[in-house]
Amino acid sequence: MNKLTMVQALNLALRQEMEADDSVIVLGEDVGMDGGVFRVTDDLIHRFGASRVVDTPLAESAIVGMAIGMAAYGLRPVCEIQFSGFAYHNFHQLENHAARLRWRSRGRYPVPMVLRAPYGAGVRALEHHSESREVYWAHTPGLKTVIPSGPRNARALLVSAIRDPDPVVFYEGKALYRAFREAVPEAVETLPIGQPQIAREGSDVTLIAYGAMVRPTLAAAEALDVQEGVKAEVIDLLTLSPLDDRLLVESVRKTGRAVVVHEAPQSFGPGAEIVARLMEGAFFYLEAPIERVTGFDIVVPLFSREKSYLPSVPRIVRAVRRTLDQG
Amino acid sequence: MPHEKIVPDVSITSLAILDAEGKVDKDLEPDIDIQTLLKLYRFMVLARRFDERLVALQRQGRIGTFPPITGQEAAQLGAVAAIRPTDWLVPSFRETAAELWRGRGLDNIIIANNGLNEGGIMPDHSRDFPVSIPVASQIPHAVGLAWAARYRQSDEVVMVFFGDGATSEGDFHEAMNFAAVFQVPVIFVCQNNQWAISIPLSRQTRSETLAQKAVAYGMPGIQVDGNDILAVYAAAEEAVARARSGGGPTFIECVTYRVLMHTTADDPKRYRSDEAVDAWRRKDPLIRFETYLRAKGVLDEAKIAGLQSEIEGEIKAAVDHAEARMKTMGDPMEMFDHQYAAMPPTLRRQKAILERELAADGREVEHE
Repeated sequence: MNKLTMVQALNLALRQEMEADDSVIVLGEDVGMDGGVFRVTDDLIHRFGASRVVDTPLAESAIVGMAIGMAAYGLRPVCEIQFSGFAYHNFHQLENHAARLRWRSRGRYPVPMVLRAPYGAGVRALEHHSESREVYWAHTPGLKTVIPSGPRNARALLVSAIRDPDPVVFYEGKALYRAFREAVPEAVETLPIGQPQIAREGSDVTLIAYGAMVRPTLAAAEALDVQEGVKAEVIDLLTLSPLDDRLLVESVRKTGRAVVVHEAPQSFGPGAEIVARLMEGAFFYLEAPIERVTGFDIVVPLFSREKSYLPSVPRIVRAVRRTLDQG
Repeated sequence: MPHEKIVPDVSITSLAILDAEGKVDKDLEPDIDIQTLLKLYRFMVLARRFDERLVALQRQGRIGTFPPITGQEAAQLGAVAAIRPTDWLVPSFRETAAELWRGRGLDNIIIANNGLNEGGIMPDHSRDFPVSIPVASQIPHAVGLAWAARYRQSDEVVMVFFGDGATSEGDFHEAMNFAAVFQVPVIFVCQNNQWAISIPLSRQTRSETLAQKAVAYGMPGIQVDGNDILAVYAAAEEAVARARSGGGPTFIECVTYRVLMHTTADDPKRYRSDEAVDAWRRKDPLIRFETYLRAKGVLDEAKIAGLQSEIEGEIKAAVDHAEARMKTMGDPMEMFDHQYAAMPPTLRRQKAILERELAADGREVEHE
């Protein structure tokens, strides 16, 4: 198996789906000759031509609006929004139409489109290039919000997202793009959307994370094991919405303790929903208050301070210790 | 030459074929067969009478808020008559006349306006989008449909409707720009009815015409008398032919007037005078077309009377049918349908909770 970066793995998913299905169309800003500013669409224009890899004018609302029309016609558009910080221009197209056209037309017009966008901090980027605002989409009924955590699941989930009959917002942690390589099989793999996975088994505490926060969370689990013999179970959500909480509840019923990690701002963030689900499903099994290790309710600072903003391995470790010290 | 003229003077034409008295300009008269002319007339009358009936139903509390179309029959029907059933219609929320022409059931419209999702049900073969309420947001969808049609090497075209207010929105600009850059087969039909709720056209734009906006995007733009169905048809037919043959998009500004309120929740007396409305009522597109058809010898008093009573019957039957159908609707659990292709576990759980709660409500009512 080839060891690929997440960028290469996503490129593989796009290439193979485009080869398999001529209804798959890539569109966005600089996705053609430039191959995307992160090179996720690299070389696709040479393989499939400008009729399937469409460099658009610079207008996010029309990119998504156009994709909605294409999807309603029966195509499977995959649009790239260059940075998720610019996706607010297309907010109403997702909220008002992509998420509703199936509903409004009573099933006549499904919208099988994917919106890909890099999200998150940690790459020393400019303002507007580091946000983690996935709850905007997760809060919208009718959308699915998928956030992979590494090359192999990114490839498998992107294939599933392209084949999904409903609109999928696919957030790619830009800190993950070239951070590490994983063995990714050439044969097409899929992963079910809407199903979290156990990334590391354990029995003492449940750590819940997704996207770019899975790596520091796994590192924290490893440190706790090595240093203190604490066996932390790590759950990788993979899909933020619709959130299937069954695995989370089952794990916390087993461990009695939980820490939720995300880089999005804390208030009304994904952690709030996850904690509520755990209260509904595992309250009587809890040994300690659930901890949240998250970003703060502030604009992501310019990059000199972003490391202080982001949840770090020591912050996660200390939060786990606090839950273990209780009861 | 420091100030060289690089864009020659732009000229925008305004097309009218029937004058205010219904007299036709023979040189411009489009070649429409008698059957189609009479069908157009029939749908103009149907749209007008149905609009009146809907206002009455709303006033009686039998339907909810809805946006009337009176005065815009020609601007809608003239345009939509130029496309084929296999072409695409992307309406805004004020295109009842166009939707009726395309085959949307009157009962369906009544049901939708009575707050039931079932009114949105459309046949699988439908090429019409459902109504879109956020202003201008539907315009980019037309570009995507047209792009897809061309990608599939189909000769289908897409006709998208929107109002004068929509031309102030970013989505209008973005969609016009995309359509021109990609040269896709879209016909942009602007219903310039002079008012966006209380805001007159002069507060939407400083342009002398809306049609001239097309020039900046690099596509043909034309203004037509939107109360002259022959002019609207002629302009649409030309735009459709151009789009179908690969000539790209066209923008058509139909100058018309919103004779009634924005929606039944609006009171236009707050912002415009009755005199201004009366002046436009005198330009009624229906009377103008009727005069033309009489002069042509294809319509007379007896035919009009017959048609009127036929349409009254059709509307009454539709209202009766819709009200009967609505009695079988209203299962609250329907609200969970069509959110996703397959219902996710969380939603199944929430649906079960509501089912239990409603059952508990029912038991409490019984108890009382």
